[in-house]
Amino acid sequence: MQDAILDVKNLSIRYNGASEDAVRGVSFTLGRERLGIVGESGSGKSTVGRALLRLLPGARVTADRLRFEDVDLLDLSEREMLKVRGRRMSMILQDPKFSLNPIQRVGAQVAETYLRHFPANKAEARAKTLEMLAAVRIRDPERVHDLYPHEISGGMGQRVMIAMMLLADPDLVIADEPTSALDVTVRLQVLNILDGLVRDRGIGLIMISHDLNLVRNFCDRVLIMYAGRVVETLDARDMDAAEHPYTRGLLAAQPRIGGTRGPLAVLDRRPEWKEGSTP
Amino acid sequence: MTVQTRSLPAPLYAARNIVTFLLRQPTSAFGLIVLAILIGAAALAPWIATHDPYVQNLGNVLQPPGNGHLFGTDELGRDIFSRLIWGARITLTIIFLVTIVVGPLGMIVGTVAGYFGGKVDLVMMRITDIFLSFPSLILSLAFVAALGPSLNNAIIAIGLTAWPPIARLARAETMTFRNADYIAAARLQGASSLRIIVKSIMPMCLPSVVIRLTLNMATVILTAAGLGFLGLGAQPPLPEWGAMIATGRRYMIDSWWLVTFPGLSILCVSLAFNLLGDGLRDALDPKQMNRR
Amino acid sequence: MSVRRTRLRGILGQITTIAVTLLGLLMLTFVIGRMMPADPVRAIVGEDATRETYEQVYLQLGLDRPLWEQFLRYLGDVLTGDFGNSIRTGKPVIEDILHVMPATVELATFAILIGAGLGIPLGVIAAVNKDRWPDHVVRVFSLFGHSMPIFWTGMIALIVFYAALGWVGGSGRMSQFYIGMVPTRSGFLLIDSALAGQWDVFRSAVNHLILPASLLGYSSSAYITRMTRSFMLDQLGQEYMTTARVKGLSKGQTIWRHAFGNIRVQLVTIVALAYGSLLEGAVLIETVFAWPGFGQYLTNNLIIGDMNAVMTCVLIVGVIFIGLNLLSDILYRLFDPRTK
Repeated sequence: MQDAILDVKNLSIRYNGASEDAVRGVSFTLGRERLGIVGESGSGKSTVGRALLRLLPGARVTADRLRFEDVDLLDLSEREMLKVRGRRMSMILQDPKFSLNPIQRVGAQVAETYLRHFPANKAEARAKTLEMLAAVRIRDPERVHDLYPHEISGGMGQRVMIAMMLLADPDLVIADEPTSALDVTVRLQVLNILDGLVRDRGIGLIMISHDLNLVRNFCDRVLIMYAGRVVETLDARDMDAAEHPYTRGLLAAQPRIGGTRGPLAVLDRRPEWKEGSTP
Repeated sequence: MTVQTRSLPAPLYAARNIVTFLLRQPTSAFGLIVLAILIGAAALAPWIATHDPYVQNLGNVLQPPGNGHLFGTDELGRDIFSRLIWGARITLTIIFLVTIVVGPLGMIVGTVAGYFGGKVDLVMMRITDIFLSFPSLILSLAFVAALGPSLNNAIIAIGLTAWPPIARLARAETMTFRNADYIAAARLQGASSLRIIVKSIMPMCLPSVVIRLTLNMATVILTAAGLGFLGLGAQPPLPEWGAMIATGRRYMIDSWWLVTFPGLSILCVSLAFNLLGDGLRDALDPKQMNRR
Repeated sequence: MSVRRTRLRGILGQITTIAVTLLGLLMLTFVIGRMMPADPVRAIVGEDATRETYEQVYLQLGLDRPLWEQFLRYLGDVLTGDFGNSIRTGKPVIEDILHVMPATVELATFAILIGAGLGIPLGVIAAVNKDRWPDHVVRVFSLFGHSMPIFWTGMIALIVFYAALGWVGGSGRMSQFYIGMVPTRSGFLLIDSALAGQWDVFRSAVNHLILPASLLGYSSSAYITRMTRSFMLDQLGQEYMTTARVKGLSKGQTIWRHAFGNIRVQLVTIVALAYGSLLEGAVLIETVFAWPGFGQYLTNNLIIGDMNAVMTCVLIVGVIFIGLNLLSDILYRLFDPRTK
């Protein structure tokens, strides 16, 4: 593996007031590659993403190692963290309907990332913003720049989100269910845009999703999480060789064109998987 | 202990839970305690009061606190402490009477409007809005002016101005279960609208109406005291707290105790209701509690 | 086309609503006026008028006509701007009220500035620190303001800050000494004295204004604090707040640039409503501070039973309330991009 961007070892997270950890002993490393984290809701996959950005105010995060490039995320001050967020590490959130500020023009929201991290005047930020909006294949950036979030479609909103999060040229982007709120028809389009940008700029990507098929097509490697634990790590192309029964269950629970017409397998959830990582 | 708890009827059990919850927080516990003191003072007024609240003693006017008069004496030599204790009865009377005027009135308007909907709803809510477009004290003032100043008229006036929020609430509640299956079932059995409203809808509205009344009680007390202060509520020599402040006003620079103690009493009781209402909201509104 | 039509319908609907509410308001004041124990004829002719004069005025006022006709007549009078004459001054009631109104507006405006200046930051602080000690402190502080009988607090404040400490002026809008020194132009003493260059009067006016305005403001800040807190809590949980944090904004920047922007419009609405309810406190506080404004005018006329004056006062308060509601509605439309 070429230079690792992220090195996580034995990460555990517990929400205040909860009786058990939401994430338990998760370890992985990430280079300039695309890593998928897959699991059902409540498996802790989104919690991992937010913990990396240190955006979990109501939780206790512990780890043996939580290294991002040259910084230790565990003992970085909040002040230092402000320079990391948005500039070196950012996150694409799920639903642009909620993740964009409803009363600010989208252009201003994108430009804010730039103004926050670079010494620039309004005009420079605007030029950068328009350039970025064009990069996410928005056809008429000048017009879209002045629209409010409720005036644009979900797919357009998510492209704005991508523009906002890639504008400062980060080294790592976490995409938290980036397409699950979108219409099926625009999902691939948005993913292709994200994928193209990530490849061109050599950005590390963590894609968090519940959709195993989607992730295997867009990622190099996949972590399967169950009940706060990583149960299996696989290269995307070896997905069919998955050994853990939970991963196999996930794969089997997907309908396939041309597959048998019998009922889909019901996902098996065994309590013992919560403890050990191998079956 | 558990057996005893189980044997309590459900509403009492719920009430006990709520009281336990309220006592656990210092602020709402303060509210409950003040309220208990108020009720105790009103009930035991003849035994607690050290003097007759009406007997004047012109040889002993404007005495500062001490000397057998805990809170001093007023301009007619009456014992202020005893007047405050008897005044608790007036405050409780106001609370009680306003509640029995406002509760049913608001409930009837709200449930009828919500149940029938359409034109009935439109007309009734328009009327409610008209009443709501006044600050309650101003409207009470106008009503008292029309009816003539007296304690009873003040209570009626407050009642007439305090029902619209209750009606709004009862209407909103009614709308949520107007189309419920059990209402439809009652209708299918041939129950009259009156019967459905009284037997099925009103009981459902009752809990939230009670909470809302508690929340509004602080305003009611302040309005009543304000009317008393303006000379439009309780008339002398009744020991109503607001009226006591009004008469004490003339002597306030030299004899601070005349206005200080009645004012503190009003402040305590209205603060108690506000804190209690605040606690009740937390106790009964799960949305508020879970919000991070 | 259809957008324009629905908007037109919306405006028409609103106008109808306002018209109906106003009509209801007039009906209410009419009924209250009729219920008043004072005899309107006696009020005009005096106690020792002859029976003939009495009858004449009785007929003149149309008191022999059926009630609905009297109401229509009242309606017509009001619509043509005739609110009747005051018993005490003999001048048209509306003239009297317009004369005293500036004093109250001046007081209420200062009070709302204090109330909003206090309530909004406190509400934000409480929301951001929900369930921690600042939240509890703010809660008790604002409930206290909401619970105090303002006429009593006014007296205590006068005793402490005026009589004992001498920090502020006492009753009235200015010291007795200055009364009549400034020509009335707008009726707002601060403006008038500044225009006249009478800075002594200006200072005296501020000295007298500060105490009642602070008390009124404090009492209204309770409501503003509570609403700000609850609006803010709604916003703090929103996903766009996370977005802003991910962009690298600090917690404070996120709150003031993003969340606060989203509650601004709601805040304008509730501050407008709070401004209206200041009139209520003004009635009491003006009595305590001998403030020659609307509230004092209303209570004085209540006590002497001047029907015309009281009815008109109540009507005006109602109209102000409806107006403020409408205003906040309009502001909402203007400032919230989502309603465009």
